[in-house]
Amino acid sequence: MLLAKVVGTVVATRKDPRLESQKLLVVRPVDPSGKIDGGFLVAVDTVDAGTGETVLIVSGSSARMASGMKDCPVDAAIVGIIDQIEVSD
Amino acid sequence: MQVARVIGDVVATRKDEALTGLKLLVVQPLDPERQPVGRALVAADAAGAGVGEEVFFVRGREAAFPFYPAEPPVDAAIVGIVDHWSTEGAVPKEGRR
Repeated sequence: MLLAKVVGTVVATRKDPRLESQKLLVVRPVDPSGKIDGGFLVAVDTVDAGTGETVLIVSGSSARMASGMKDCPVDAAIVGIIDQIEVSD
Repeated sequence: MQVARVIGDVVATRKDEALTGLKLLVVQPLDPERQPVGRALVAADAAGAGVGEEVFFVRGREAAFPFYPAEPPVDAAIVGIVDHWSTEGAVPKEGRR
């Protein structure tokens, strides 16, 4: 899974019917210290995350195992809101 | 599978229900010289690993298999703790990733 920061929202009226009523957020991967590390991606939100929060992203076919995402055309899902990251190296 | 070092842990109170009870660790993939390579990521722990240990982890849909019959939404899982590893001789540059 990737750590990422929520930086925005996406609104799409015309979309796959299985994405209806799903919240889509724009996220940027971050390293464990919180520094932005990589590009932008759109992830479906299953935990009611908001802009500015650090979240846990599951990507690839595993994203379909997130709650309510069965058989949905998604490859990135927000599955957790990070409270704390502790890194020692 | 890839070899990595566990460098930290992650706490998330609000999360997918199927993640409840799983330990989430930050892992840094290593090259054959044990140097960090690539981006650190979060992996679910299926082997009882701890911070500072060398482990190997599996990516993709298969990462949920250790937790069968549960199907948590994870795309990386630690499946073994490395006791010892070595590579024979010099590893050619193009062989690294």
